[in-house]
Amino acid sequence: MSTSMITKTNTSTSNSNLSISVQSPAAIWRIKTWAFICENKLFTIGVLLLLLIVFAAIFAPWIAPYDPAKIAFSSKLMPPNVEHWMGTDRFGRDIFSRVLYGARTSLVIGFAVTLLAMLIGIPFGLISGYFGGRVDSWLMRISDVFLAFPPLLLPIAITAALGSGLTNAMIALAVSWFPWYARIMRGAVVRIRSEPFIDAARAMGVSKSKIMLRHVLPNSTTPVIVQGSMDFGYTILAAASLSFIGLGAKPPMMEWGLMAASSRSQFLDNPWTVLFPGLAIFLLVLAANLAGDGLRDVLDPKQGGH
Amino acid sequence: MAKYIAQRLMMMLLILFGVLTITFVLSRLLPGSPVEMMLGHHPTQEQIEEARAELGLDLPLPLQFTRYISDLVQGDLGKSLRTGRPVLEEVTKRIGATFELTFIAMFWVVVLGVPIGVVSAVRQNSAVDNVARAGSIAGVAFPVFMLAMALQFIFYGQLNWLPLQGRLDAEILLDHPFERITGFYLIDTLLAGNIEALWSALRHLTLPVLTLVIVTLATVTRITRNMMIEVLSEEYIRTSFAYGVPKVRIYFQYALKATLIPLLTVVGLTFGYLLGGAVVVEFVFDWPGLGGFVVFSIAQNDFPAVMGATLVLAGTYLTINLIVDLLYYVVDPRLRVQ
Repeated sequence: MSTSMITKTNTSTSNSNLSISVQSPAAIWRIKTWAFICENKLFTIGVLLLLLIVFAAIFAPWIAPYDPAKIAFSSKLMPPNVEHWMGTDRFGRDIFSRVLYGARTSLVIGFAVTLLAMLIGIPFGLISGYFGGRVDSWLMRISDVFLAFPPLLLPIAITAALGSGLTNAMIALAVSWFPWYARIMRGAVVRIRSEPFIDAARAMGVSKSKIMLRHVLPNSTTPVIVQGSMDFGYTILAAASLSFIGLGAKPPMMEWGLMAASSRSQFLDNPWTVLFPGLAIFLLVLAANLAGDGLRDVLDPKQGGH
Repeated sequence: MAKYIAQRLMMMLLILFGVLTITFVLSRLLPGSPVEMMLGHHPTQEQIEEARAELGLDLPLPLQFTRYISDLVQGDLGKSLRTGRPVLEEVTKRIGATFELTFIAMFWVVVLGVPIGVVSAVRQNSAVDNVARAGSIAGVAFPVFMLAMALQFIFYGQLNWLPLQGRLDAEILLDHPFERITGFYLIDTLLAGNIEALWSALRHLTLPVLTLVIVTLATVTRITRNMMIEVLSEEYIRTSFAYGVPKVRIYFQYALKATLIPLLTVVGLTFGYLLGGAVVVEFVFDWPGLGGFVVFSIAQNDFPAVMGATLVLAGTYLTINLIVDLLYYVVDPRLRVQ
């Protein structure tokens, strides 16, 4: 979670101070950007990698050399070669094409789960933090209950109850994840609540709901968004695990965890069938984590470390 | 002391009640009613009503809930739809395997993670520190199942040093059977003085434990490092340095002591990760524990079994956290003063 020790911010301007007197504004901007990139190497790598994956996902139909669903038994289980960069699976499908399409699924999962978890967690934390007292302690105890399950176990149980499938797995992940956002949101709201401008609004007779929505909410969501950007990778990882054990994506859907699972029976002789989907997950999660950490350092430097 | 323990216990019971509420709600959400699963296709109306009455599904929900709780208190986790046997029996049969796996993994994570974290903090930007930090960035991004399969590929597929899956070699059960007393095979085989079985159990444990250690080590190392850095910048530490107190004493006696409380929290949390990770690891290594049982039961639509195992795993996690809370009391003198 924290690479703040590695990527330090706030020093990005120091390099450019020397050259201000002789450079044009465009050049200063260029130097500043360059300094930022040098200071935040890991963040830059993460963002570039993430952009590359998003690009690959969007343009998958144009990049993919084969139809990812096309079965060709004549070319089944071929090791990586010039025609099939990542080899083929037991149905003769091109793994590279399938990995490309799989990026779409994973990115959608990451966004949807994080967003849904925030949509539950933010109002939860807002009410808890703003009203305080008994409401607060009840809501926080409820969120404690959700956190009392070992990670991954609650999503598994919820998906089992709702019926396996990607949509249900995503709902289950969001429901199990929201307490983290609720807590962070609550913390931010408690800090904002005692600010003078909130007192002023109250003194002017602004209604509670209006204070909450217009004044407290917009000023307290940053930490939640930062946390969300850091969790993006973890939700993808968790969803891939659910698919792997048969609770998430179902064939013919293209999802990396599912691809690894369906090649499990023959992976000892054909390791590429598992290696490439697995590496794809690793790279996407790594990119998301690096970008998320960097974003945290930029948006909310105080939260670093922990 | 008594007040503190009572307070913690009350809190745990409250949360346990919440956990039970969730599992109750989930068990009533099930796709396809359990009645159908019990009776198969085309039951008569009478059969349906009889089965509903037998399962208590005709009662009002609050009453169903109280019955659910009272059954649980009596140790009744319901009957497995697949085998028809009590879920509690199925669960106790497997819990030893999960505990053996997670406890041993926990041991290694702490034994390796804490010293690496301390060295990482003391010698910032050294080789150890850089490797540890790179490892912690990469480690958390690696899918557990992928790591497990990579280890299987290397140590079984290529080198053939370690077994692919399971908990014992099949021949052991025939040639060198041993009595299961604790459910921990390492202890049971030692008690029986059965070296062949012990060796087999050890070899089977290696890869699943290694998988769990690798995926959780990064977190423990990183948190230890960050906490140490924080403590080392405290004034009393600097003063100790100025007084010329031996370094080893400062690092491992003064500083590490101050990090014990957050470290205990980390150990509690890590245990949760291990229990969660065990689900996937047990599935890949065909490990006969609770995690694999959950996955297997889901595939068989055996929901009482899924919920029973979930409840036991959540209860284990809660108990571990209660123990951690109580250890705070031992470690933190401030709590004793209050």
